[in-house]
Amino acid sequence: MALSQKTKETLLGPLNANNPVVVQVLGICSALAVTVQLKPALVMGVAVTIIVAMSNVIISLLRNTIPMRIRIIVQLVVVAALVTLVSEVLKAFAYDVAMQLSVYIGLIITNCILMGRLEAFAMTNKVWDSFLDGLGNGLGYAAILIIVAFFRELFGAGTLLGFRVIPESWYVANGGFYENCGMMMMPAMALIIVGGIIWAHRAINKEEK
Amino acid sequence: MNTNSNTYTIVYATVVVIIVAVLLALVSQVLGPRQQANIQLDQQKQILGALKQDISNCDDPAALYFSLVKDTFDCNGHPVYVAEVEGETKFVLKLKGAGLWGGIGGYLALNDDKNTIFGANFNHESETPGLGALIVELPFRQQFEGKHIRNAQGEVVSVAVLKAGTQAEGQEQVDALSGATITSTGVSDMLKANLAEYAAFLSELPDYQPEAEEAEVVNEENQTSNQTEE
Repeated sequence: MALSQKTKETLLGPLNANNPVVVQVLGICSALAVTVQLKPALVMGVAVTIIVAMSNVIISLLRNTIPMRIRIIVQLVVVAALVTLVSEVLKAFAYDVAMQLSVYIGLIITNCILMGRLEAFAMTNKVWDSFLDGLGNGLGYAAILIIVAFFRELFGAGTLLGFRVIPESWYVANGGFYENCGMMMMPAMALIIVGGIIWAHRAINKEEK
Repeated sequence: MNTNSNTYTIVYATVVVIIVAVLLALVSQVLGPRQQANIQLDQQKQILGALKQDISNCDDPAALYFSLVKDTFDCNGHPVYVAEVEGETKFVLKLKGAGLWGGIGGYLALNDDKNTIFGANFNHESETPGLGALIVELPFRQQFEGKHIRNAQGEVVSVAVLKAGTQAEGQEQVDALSGATITSTGVSDMLKANLAEYAAFLSELPDYQPEAEEAEVVNEENQTSNQTEE
């Protein structure tokens, strides 16, 4: 399927040039909390992508009927319903991950990316565009989460997705020379990595402009 | 239609809320049994952990659980699981307490003397990864194995979790996690408080003989020696 220029921009813009995390600096709180390991970061990314896309579609469908005075409330109700739905499904089908993510699934409701996209895009755009916008922003958020989690799990625990990458025999405990970086386990390190990504992102995009 | 009139706004809000409520209630009903099964399986896995069963490669933890745990009874509103591991009776007690950021819990398996700890398993809601969250890891849990919850007089005194180098008075101790003082103290307090709740169960041992030896040494002649020390 050939994408038109506008469609491309709506879908792919948030992945790089207009990334919700590194450019708009939204959704940082959960990006710090769930990125100790790659698996919860992946699930969180997928959950947010689904919820942003779905809520964008629903709000876009309703956009001409929503009374202006209670539009934020209606948006919140839709988001809260979807988040509860995802949380229930996770508890039923991926209990371990649901426990790992604990409160952060519920806190997707307060993720600024959602309200931001609903207010800025879905309230004034058609359904298909809104869907692409939600998909793009969700994936943009997920991409940053995955990058951060990749570094934190690799250097913090020596594993990726639970599989051992750095051999056991390298560790000091087994007579080797290597030790995990305990700092990577702390939320502060996630902020430093996000900072590093923002730095690299700005440096690259400056040259392009 | 005027979408900004009061009537429209009220009707709209009502309809939206009712639709969402019905939808969520439906989903909750449909997924409820599955979620309950998950919660139960999780609990069974934790009890197996306290009984020192390695379930990382176990296909059917529930079957293993039912092959080991023979009976469950209630003590003062708290469950006691009676298990049989390699022909020996073990009692598993449920623990619940508070860590630094949220609740902590766990299961404590005792030998049939209701004194020696067979195994311990802990869980937590939101302790700091890499610090307090280490209470769920084996190195911390294994410290409890073989410790005694009673003193030389046979009174239940629990096991203290203390900074390495400090000495507990009149009870046995394990090393606290460095950098996680509040979580460690939480585990210590949880053990003490929960064992007190199980007093009725722990006291019903008529022919109880105080055990006064070191954890590993069994010496039946010398029952009046000093309390055990680590």
